[in-house]
Formats: sequence, C-alpha cells, structure tokens
Amino acid sequence: MKKADHPFRFVTVSYLTRIENQTATTLGELRDGLEKCSGGSIFYHTFQSLGRHHFLTEGFSNDFAQWVLAALNYPVLAEQLAAPDIRGYLTLNDLRSDLLRITDDYCRSRSEEVGRVAFEPFYFCESVEVTIPHTSEAWTLEEFRRGLEHLSNQSFHYHFLVSRLRLGLRTNDFSLWFENELGLPTLAQRTNYIDVYTNTVEGARAKLFTFVDRELAA
Amino acid sequence: MNVTKAEVHVMRLDDYVPLLGAPEIDELRALAGQLSGRTVQMVNSTAMGGGVAEMLNRVIPLIQELGLQPRWDVITGGQDFFEVTKAFHNALHGGPYQARKEDFDLFLATNELNRQRLQFDCEFTVINDPQPVALIEARSKQEGHWIWRCHIDLSHPNADVWSFLRPFVYRYDAALFSSPAFARQLPIPQYLFHPCIDPLSEKNVDLDPEWVSSVLVRYGIDASRPIVTQISRFDRLKDPVGVVHAYQIVKRYMDCQLVLAGGSASDDPEGEIVLEEVRREAKNDPDIHLLNLPPWSALEINALQRASTVIVQKSLREGFGLTVTEALWKKKPVVASAVGGIPAQVIHKHTGLLVHSIEGTAYQIRFLLSNPALAQKLGEQGHDHVREHFLITSNVKRYLTIFLHSLTHS
Repeated sequence: MKKADHPFRFVTVSYLTRIENQTATTLGELRDGLEKCSGGSIFYHTFQSLGRHHFLTEGFSNDFAQWVLAALNYPVLAEQLAAPDIRGYLTLNDLRSDLLRITDDYCRSRSEEVGRVAFEPFYFCESVEVTIPHTSEAWTLEEFRRGLEHLSNQSFHYHFLVSRLRLGLRTNDFSLWFENELGLPTLAQRTNYIDVYTNTVEGARAKLFTFVDRELAA
Repeated sequence: MNVTKAEVHVMRLDDYVPLLGAPEIDELRALAGQLSGRTVQMVNSTAMGGGVAEMLNRVIPLIQELGLQPRWDVITGGQDFFEVTKAFHNALHGGPYQARKEDFDLFLATNELNRQRLQFDCEFTVINDPQPVALIEARSKQEGHWIWRCHIDLSHPNADVWSFLRPFVYRYDAALFSSPAFARQLPIPQYLFHPCIDPLSEKNVDLDPEWVSSVLVRYGIDASRPIVTQISRFDRLKDPVGVVHAYQIVKRYMDCQLVLAGGSASDDPEGEIVLEEVRREAKNDPDIHLLNLPPWSALEINALQRASTVIVQKSLREGFGLTVTEALWKKKPVVASAVGGIPAQVIHKHTGLLVHSIEGTAYQIRFLLSNPALAQKLGEQGHDHVREHFLITSNVKRYLTIFLHSLTHS
C-alpha cells in the first residue's frame, strides 16, 4: 500500500450560528437580503443547511427554498431555488449570483407576489466556524479508513463539502488526497460523485467506506 | 437570604458513546482540550423544576469532566420577587402587564443582594434568563466573558419590561437565543443556542415496559386505548384549556384519553390557579387525566410519554419546548404549535405536525390516530433530528465552541 508524501490531516470542526439583524417578510425583502447578506449567511443557508438536515432525503435542502415554500407557498420558485447543486460552486458569490438571478426572474414574471407578507419571517444567520486539528492523521489508505471511523458527521461534512469553498476546486479534501498523495484517481472520482442530495451524511460516509474497502481489497 | 448551591448529578461522557458513537464524544474532548482549566460560572433562578435547571444539572458535570472548572449558582429571592419575575416573564412573552415602579425596584434590589452574596471571578460567566440579568453590574472591569443566555421568546415583548431590561443586556459580550425569532435588534452578537435534553436522564432513559404499565395503572389510564398527552407546567402560555378543547373535538370522532401532566417549579406561583381553570373545562370527563406531579416525577413523566399514542404541545408562546424534544427522542408523533423554538424541532410533515389553532390541533391528532404508519415515520425522523441537534452533548459542544470563539476574538 502506497504511503503518502503528505498525510491526510483530519480536522475537528464546530459551528456557532450567529443570528444577524436582517430578516425578510416578503419575497422582495428576501431578494434584497440575498444581495446584501454576508457570504457566511449564504454558506449557512445552503451548505450548512444540507448538513443540518442530513437525516432527511426529502424536502428542500436549502433554507431559502424551504422558506419560500413553507412561508410564502410559492412552490415553483422553491423548486428553482433548490435546484443549484452546491457542489458546482467554487465561491459563495457565484452561488449568491445564481440565487439572485432566479429570484429576480421570478419577481419580474410575478410582480404581484413580491410584496405579499409571509406567514413567518426569514431570519438571516451565518456560521462561525471553529476548527482544531484532530489527533489522528493518515499516511496510508488503511490509516485513512481508521481515521474516518473517528470522524463526526459535522467534520465529515467539513472535509467532504465545505472543503470545496476552501479549495476553490470542484473536488473535496478526500478526493484531492486520494489522487495527489495516493495516486488513486478512480477512488477520488467515485468519492467526488457521491450524491449528498440523495444520501444522508451517514449514507455518504457508508459509501466512502465501501469504496475505500474495495480499494484496500483490490 | 442564602445562596443555593444546586445539586448536581453525575453522568460520564463515556455513557453517551453507545447512543452517539465515539467520534462525537472524541470531538468534545478535542475541543475541550483547548480550554483545560478555564473557569465557568452558570447562574439561574431555580435549582429544581423547569427546563433550565434540568439542563444545567446535566451540562455542568460534563463540562467538568472535560477539564474545565464550572460552578453553578442560583439566585434567591422572596415570593414577591418571583411574582415580579413571573409577571416579567409573561410580559416578555407578550402578555398584559401594568408597569409598576415598585416591581422594577424590587427586581433591582434582589439582583443587588445576589450580586453582593455571589462571587464573580470566572473567565466565562453565563447568566440564564431575565431574573438575574442585572448581575452584569458585578462586571466592574472588562475582565472575563459575560454571556446572557435567554431561554424565552422575546419576539413580542412588553415595551416597558424590555426597555427596563435592555440596558443590562447591552452590556454583555454576547446573547444566546433558542431561536432566531427570539433575537432582538441588539448591538452585541447573538447566537443560536438550542436547549437540550439528556438521553440518559430519568426523564428520557429507556424504561422497562412493566414500569410504564405500572405508572398507567397508578393514574387510572387505560393502556388499551389511544392516549393523547401534553406534558407541561399548568401555565396559561401552554394553553392546557385549549388542549382540552382540542381533545373534546377529537372525542366526537374517535375514542381516546387525554393526559395533562404538569410539574411545578419554585419560581412559578401561578400553577394552582391555571390547574383549577383546566378542571372546570374538563367537566369531570373520566377520560381526562389531570396530573399535578411533584418535581421528582421524572420517571413518571418518561413513562407517560412512552405510553402515549400522540404527544401534543399546544403552547401559545414557548421558549423552546423541551417537552417536544423529549417526545421526539422517544420516537413519538408530535402535534405542536408553530411558536417559539418548536418549528426548529418539528419540521412540518417531516418530524411532526405544526398547528396554529385548537381546530388544527384536533384535526392533526385525528390524522395521526388514523395513520399509525405515518405517525411512526414522523417519530423516527424526529428522533434522528433530536439526536443530531438537541442532545446535551450538542449543547456542551456549543458552549465549548463559544468559549473558544470568545477567546480568539477578545
């Protein structure tokens, strides 16, 4: 089994949710909020919401879509806002631009709905991230597997999804290390293709275990 | 006036591994490793009864095991002080209140007495709820980190009471709220801090079915027929009368029993009056069981929840609604008002059903009683939701995280 030149360093991550002083009670206000809110807020309501409700594989995985459906009862817009796959974005501003474009298009076509007051307000929040190095690091795939066993759901989510923003690449910490350090591009690609929308976080992790075990057995 | 040192029960972190897995507990240890030896003071207004005391009772030993040095102090005051704070509590929830100068004076005087008797020398001081909020006066120098933990719904506060309390809140380093909806426009950072339950406490631990049956027998409840339950203090904001009315609608269509079981807390003098109102509305219906339980009834409450077919929380206002958390943890289908922190727990049609009226409550109870498979699915998904977000270990993790964040941003 190949030994990496650089180890995979597992990270322990924990988040606080900071409640912003910004709320929306109409679609128009949501639109303005999308434009003005912090990147941390876009992150919280899209990337983080997927992790928060990871035990569900039904319903909308981002908070904007969920609110538009539940509080405004605009199912078409809700589906459109839920459509952007966060794995396709390298920066939060790109994601913000798409969410804004979708909302603007809808507002133009249904101007009568822009000012309707929602059943409950939307509260903009943002994530405050605290990370510390985990005690374990992996030099081989076997060690990686052992480390993965000791990773919490939140830290798995950090390496698997949040890493895209940090790396600015269409990949994740795991795949990057498999490919660059272990020379395992197929494992890297399979890992990157695990669908976080149709799997729970536990399900995604189970798939990664399966792929790693297959590689170890080969 | 004596300072009460609250009783602390001991539970070990390793006890949670079978429920949560080793990784979650290992990560708590990793985070706490950065805070070893740091001192923490928690202050609240009651040592027994109510969700805050319950939480502190469990959180503090775990923080201690993780290597920090926590202390729990309970403020004391006379009956008149707690009547004032109860009035403040209701007013902050939006209830009627006639501002009286003597109430504000008594509030300040009692806080001042507690300030003089308590010691404030920790690196992190967490003041729980409005009752002791004026203890911020003890912060003479800009030393240590002072955090106000507000467990109640401040979305529609009485203007007089909030204007009185607000200047104290402004002097904290941060405020913690159970839901974004509770946060005010404050110049200090506000964080979302879900309350929690302890899955190993007497109120939530798995029970022997024979014990559950024996509790039903003791209270004359028929185990063979559907049981609809609301566990809450007898408090108008929990709308026990509304629950009776919803039950009476359900009863027109299907057979069931109603259990209204409430504890009492030393800082709530209103319970007896509300219980009498409920008795009047129950009209001697033998299928309505009104149980005014003493504070040491955790196992009985646990048994009643486990024996229930549907659990209701029809609050008019709610801080967070830990009884909802308890019900979801027990995989029970829940019908609950969309108020306070309840929507954070009950994701409509995913982890339970949200309602807005007596009629809606009645309809959803009937729906769940008629659809047991869906009821079971909601209960199971609710359990997963609680496991992830609302257990004591998540709460400990949030405290560790805010302490770490405070240190790096001070």
